[in-house]
Amino acid sequence: MQHGKYRFVVGFLALPLGLYALFVVWPFIQSIYYSFTDWTGLSPEFTMVGLDNYRRMLNDEIFWKSLQHSLMFAVVLPLVTLGLALFFAFMINVGGPRRRGGPVVSGVRGSSFYKIVYFFPQVLSIAIVALLFAFAYNPDSGAINSLLRGIGLDSVQPLWLGDPSLALWCVMAVLVWSTVGFFVVLFSAGMASIPTDLYEAALLDGAGRATTFFRITLPLLWDTVQSGWVYMGILALGAESFAVVQIMTTGPGGPDYSTTVLVLYVYQKAFRDGQAAYATTIGVALLVVTLAFAAVVMRLGRRERLEY
Amino acid sequence: MGPTSAEYNGTDGTRGVGRRDLIRRSAALGLLSVPTMSFLSACASSGGDGGEKAKAGKKTAKNPLAVNDSAPMEFVVFNGGFGTEYAEDAVKLYEKDFPKVKVTFSATQKIQSTLQPRFNQGTPPDLIDNSGAEQMDMGVLASKKQLTDLTPLLDAPSYDDPAKKVRDTLRPGIVEMGQLDGDPVWIMYYAYTVYGVWYSKKALDGLDEQYPETWDQMLAVCAKAKKKGMAGWTYAGKYPYYLPFSLYPMIGKVGGRQVLDAIDNLEPNAWKNPAVKACFEAYYELYKKGYVLKGTPGLDHIQSQTAWAEGKALFIPNGSWVENESANVIPKDFDLTVSAPTGLDASDAMPFGTIWASGGEPFIVPAKAANAPGGMEQLRIMLSEASSKNFTTKVKSLTAYNGGTTGITLTPGLKSGVAALKKAGSNVVNPRLQDWYVQLQKEQIGVGALGEMMAGRMTPAEAVKKIQAFADATAKDSSIKHYKHQ
Repeated sequence: MQHGKYRFVVGFLALPLGLYALFVVWPFIQSIYYSFTDWTGLSPEFTMVGLDNYRRMLNDEIFWKSLQHSLMFAVVLPLVTLGLALFFAFMINVGGPRRRGGPVVSGVRGSSFYKIVYFFPQVLSIAIVALLFAFAYNPDSGAINSLLRGIGLDSVQPLWLGDPSLALWCVMAVLVWSTVGFFVVLFSAGMASIPTDLYEAALLDGAGRATTFFRITLPLLWDTVQSGWVYMGILALGAESFAVVQIMTTGPGGPDYSTTVLVLYVYQKAFRDGQAAYATTIGVALLVVTLAFAAVVMRLGRRERLEY
Repeated sequence: MGPTSAEYNGTDGTRGVGRRDLIRRSAALGLLSVPTMSFLSACASSGGDGGEKAKAGKKTAKNPLAVNDSAPMEFVVFNGGFGTEYAEDAVKLYEKDFPKVKVTFSATQKIQSTLQPRFNQGTPPDLIDNSGAEQMDMGVLASKKQLTDLTPLLDAPSYDDPAKKVRDTLRPGIVEMGQLDGDPVWIMYYAYTVYGVWYSKKALDGLDEQYPETWDQMLAVCAKAKKKGMAGWTYAGKYPYYLPFSLYPMIGKVGGRQVLDAIDNLEPNAWKNPAVKACFEAYYELYKKGYVLKGTPGLDHIQSQTAWAEGKALFIPNGSWVENESANVIPKDFDLTVSAPTGLDASDAMPFGTIWASGGEPFIVPAKAANAPGGMEQLRIMLSEASSKNFTTKVKSLTAYNGGTTGITLTPGLKSGVAALKKAGSNVVNPRLQDWYVQLQKEQIGVGALGEMMAGRMTPAEAVKKIQAFADATAKDSSIKHYKHQ
């Protein structure tokens, strides 16, 4: 019985793992190999240069700046997005007023409407979102500054994306806006599976909203939050941050390198400067950062699993 | 879902895997979503010398490049602001001249993604318009011996007049621009762009002013405009490397051609030349006096051009493509005009009218092309007067062909461009940083220094110092290919 089981499992896994090895693992190995060459990306000829690219990277100021921004994305974005999403999801599912005769657990009024509204940005492609916000941030005639003027704040007209101290936050705000809805839905689903008896018990003990959230909802939702964290972090290190920075920011890369991120730097080195080998070197650094991030989150998030 | 994923069977000893599984899956997803590097190597190099080359044809007066009259020819054009119609028309002429030939014509915006793998395989097309955001780096292509020297084309008789070489029918600077290192000409720039200060003649007339020739006059015009509620200048704040379109020729005018050449050659202290600082200070004064449209540092090129077309600002540094690019926002009675940049005063090294004009739309014939003579012949056809006129009529831009503007109706911007070139005569400068050192020009000088200075976050002295440091670093960087003016 046991033998048959393993053969059965292996039979099913061979094909997907083979595909994974071919299309994911193999390119990784290749990229690492290229990072030791001087390949330009524009001709088939290249030679091995040893650790030159890595030496260069360690002395590259812009690399360090990009790394710093990428790390900031990976820490701040999940924190803010998941925090907001948890709050919204809690209000939608659990945080409503308790009415006599009504269900023990319910959301605020109009919660089903909010649920849909929060999900809207998820429907839009990130490129469109970035473009829309680029218009909104237009200091001359954009929506935000027009609104500020409209309410009489004529003297407060920030340059937004044109200001090195604001640009990075502007970009992050867009990513939060566009991803929070997904997590609201994810967490709502998680909350829906928490048995109501637990809430009833808490209610009988006289627990308020905050206590209910921190003592019941959050611990029981922890696994979901953790996967959300990993997912969000990877999103912030990878494609999404590239799209918004590339489309929205000055340069792109921001005034005074204030918004440049690792993925953007990889792209610029490979496709603007014809230095594909150096780009793969930065790619390797990005891989290390991403894996380290995932490892840290898994480690920190390890908790006793609650059964219910 | 199978029974193992049920949430409530934890009691019988077998653990439910539902959520734990989800975490593992997202970790796996993590591996999938660091693909920036894996897609790089998707264009993995396999080497190879490519396909067979076509045999040479018979050299005749009509066929000076000895094109094989039955070998197929492949032409890839960049589908950008100029569209593809002009190229299709030229292909038709090629097919007429060589009726037995099958021409494969394609247009794309993604030059690099489409063609990079083919270069790596050694099977590139015969003629490429290597333009747009996905332009392949010319320096790298040339240094890796991927391009054909176009000298035979330049020395061939021109399409219209067998007594005149192609070389002699081109506008000034075109041939030099195509050289990167020594004599070979790697690139044929087909379009001809006039850079400078663009404005509405109507708006300037409304202020009762002429285009200013000295900086004092410039400030006076801006002051007058400001009184009428109009900013003097705006520019593509998010891409401050548009500023050099009027700033560099001004530096050339003030300090002389050799200042620009020294800058291009990355000579030590090239930026420390007094002319550079004087011009930087002049531009900085525009900011300090509040003559730059408010919010400009946050505008991209389209937004700034729109604000300018709406009359919120008088002047904008730009290239001749602006007429086409902003056609839908420029009012009919705008009377679009370009002028050579304003200088400092009468002591400038070069006269007023000194302008930046240079080639655009770089065409290349790959070294490993199967039918390189065919690619060159196609270019020879495009450099005829008729094809040039066709281009100018259809896309409102001049071509490398010197002439080709008589007998056709020119749009206002184009007309003023032709007039400005005529006024400039031989005083045409051609700074090369933007095609030699893209990162230095756009990211470091443009965004890193000029943008900061014009936003008031850096003084001219600091900007000069910073740019000099960037230039020195570029000169020292062995991973960058270096060029010199010939």
